[in-house]
Amino acid sequence: MILPVTFEAVSKSYAQLPALRELSFEIAAGEVVGLFGHNGAGKTTTMKLILGLITAEVGRVCLFGENPGSGQAGALRQRLGYLPENVSFYPQLTGREVLRYFARLKGVALSRAEALLEQVGLGPAINRRVKTYSKGMRQRLGLAQALLGEPQLLLLDEPTVGLDPVATHEFYHTLDELRQQGCSVILSSHVLPGVEQHIQRALILGQGRLLAVGSLAELRQQADLPVQMQARGVWQVEQLQSLLANLPVQVQRLDNVSLLLEVPLHVKLDVIRQILTLPGVQDLEIQAPTLESLYLYFHLMHG
Amino acid sequence: MKAVWIVAVKEFRDGLRNRWIVAITLIFCLLAVGLAYFGAAASGAVGFTSLPATIISLASLGVIIIPLIALLLAYDAIVGEDENGTLLLLLTYPLERGQLLLGKFLGHGGILAASTVLGFGAAALVISLVSARAAWQEVALAFAQFMVSAILLGWVFVAFAYLISVFSNEKSRAAGLALLTWFGLVLVFDLLLLGILVITEGQLQPALLPYLLLLNPADVFRLTNLSGASAGNVYGGVLAMGQEVGFSVATLLGVQLLWVIVPLVVAVQVFKRRKI
Repeated sequence: MILPVTFEAVSKSYAQLPALRELSFEIAAGEVVGLFGHNGAGKTTTMKLILGLITAEVGRVCLFGENPGSGQAGALRQRLGYLPENVSFYPQLTGREVLRYFARLKGVALSRAEALLEQVGLGPAINRRVKTYSKGMRQRLGLAQALLGEPQLLLLDEPTVGLDPVATHEFYHTLDELRQQGCSVILSSHVLPGVEQHIQRALILGQGRLLAVGSLAELRQQADLPVQMQARGVWQVEQLQSLLANLPVQVQRLDNVSLLLEVPLHVKLDVIRQILTLPGVQDLEIQAPTLESLYLYFHLMHG
Repeated sequence: MKAVWIVAVKEFRDGLRNRWIVAITLIFCLLAVGLAYFGAAASGAVGFTSLPATIISLASLGVIIIPLIALLLAYDAIVGEDENGTLLLLLTYPLERGQLLLGKFLGHGGILAASTVLGFGAAALVISLVSARAAWQEVALAFAQFMVSAILLGWVFVAFAYLISVFSNEKSRAAGLALLTWFGLVLVFDLLLLGILVITEGQLQPALLPYLLLLNPADVFRLTNLSGASAGNVYGGVLAMGQEVGFSVATLLGVQLLWVIVPLVVAVQVFKRRKI
C-alpha cells in the first residue's frame, strides 16, 4: 500500500530561518487531515514541499511513494489538486475561461469543467469576468480548479476564508463526499470551529515543529483537559457538592439551580452516574474540549 | 509540447481580447503609410517618396517604437502571474517552467508577428496601389524583408522582457527595468559608441567598431534595413561604419535570431532557479 504522503524528519529553512524542523508524519488514502498552526508555523511550507515547488534540505518527502521534485513530477501532479491561499486568477477572463484554461492544462474534458463550476455554485456567474467576483466566489473558482481531474490528493490552503456560512457548509459537504470517494485531503486552517467533524486527524504545527498529531479523541487523551459539565436541577447545591466530594472535580456555583463542573476525563462517567442518582436533576450538558481549546493547550505547552 | 501550445493560445487570445493586436496593427499601418506619404515633406513635396527612403524612415522610427511595444507587452509575463497567485498554481500543474515561458513566447511572439504582418502589409498594399514610382514586386520584396527583421526585433525585446520579468519580484520594478533597457539599447548605446570613438581619438582598432554594433540588437535591425536599401543613405553616425563592413542581410538576420535565442535561454534558466 503506497501512502499518498510521507514526511521523514524533514527540515527546511529560508535564509537561515528554520521553517520546518524534523517534521515526520504520513497521510493514508482517503484520510482527511487538518493542518493547524499560527502564521509562520510551517503550513504553507509543508504544502509546497508536497507539491514539489520547493525541496527539503534534510529528510525525505514522498508523494505516492515518489519524490515530488523529480523528473516524473508531471505524472504525479496529474493526481493532485491544490487550492492556494490567495489566488486572484486572471481578472480579465470570465470564470468559464479561467477554468477551461486550467482544464486544458490538466487534460480534463471541458464539459467536466463546466459541471464543476455548477457544482461549486458558480453557475450563474460563469460568464462574468473574474474581476467582478467576490472573495468567496474566487475561492469557489479555486476549489473547482482544484477538483479538476478527480485528484487522489487535495491540498487546500485556508479553503474557507471568505466563504459565508452557507458556502462553508456546502464546502464541508463536498469534502465529505470526496472522502467517501477515497480522496485524501490535507487542509490547512486557523479557523477552527466547525472543521472538527470533517477531519479524521489533526496535525498541530508550531514554529516548524509537530506539536501534536491524532484524532480528536486521541488529542483529548493526550491533553487530558477537563470535561466541562453544566448541571441544573431542583436541589440543594450543597447536596450535590457533598456527593462529589470524593471525586477530583472542581465545582463552581452559577446560581441556585446550576453548577459548573470541571471533570477530569478519567472520572467523567463516574461523575455522570453520581449526578443522575439525584432525584431533582433536570438537565446535564457535557462539553468535551473543543479542537480550539486543544490547539491552544498544545501551543501553550510547547510555547 | 501540448502544454506549450495551450499557454501560447491563451496568451494570443489575451492579446486579441485586450486590443493589443488591433492597437499595434493600427500603429504600424499608420506609421508606414504616413512616412511613405509625408516622408519627403522636408524637401517641400508631399506624395509617395522612393521606396528605399520609405524603408529607411520606417526602420529609424520602428527601432524606437517596436522595442517599446514588445517590452510593454511582455514585461509582466512572469512577475504578473506571480502577483496574481497564478504562477504558484500553474507550477503545480503538469507543466514545466520552461514550457510555460516558451508558451508565453509563442503567444507574445505571435501577437507581434500578426500585428507586424497585418499593419505593415496593409501599408505595403496601399503604397503599391497608390504609388506610380514603384512596381508592386519591389514594394513586396522590400516590405517582406523589413517585416521579417521587424518581427525579429520585436521577439528580441520580448525575450529581454522575460529576462526582466524572471528577475523581478515586483511588477512595478519590472516596468522600470523595461524602460531602462529600452532607453539604454535604443537611445544611449549609439551615443556611447560615438563617445568612445571620440575619446580614444581613433586609437581603438577601427575594424572592431562595426562588430561592436552587433552587440546591440537595435543596431543590428538598423543595419539590416540599411544594407537592404543601399540607395539614399540617410543614416549618419555610427551606423555608417557598420555599412562599410557590408554584412549580408542573411548574416544580420542570423545575428538578430541569435539575439532572440540567447536571452530566451538565459531567461528559462533563471526562471528555473526562481524561488516560488
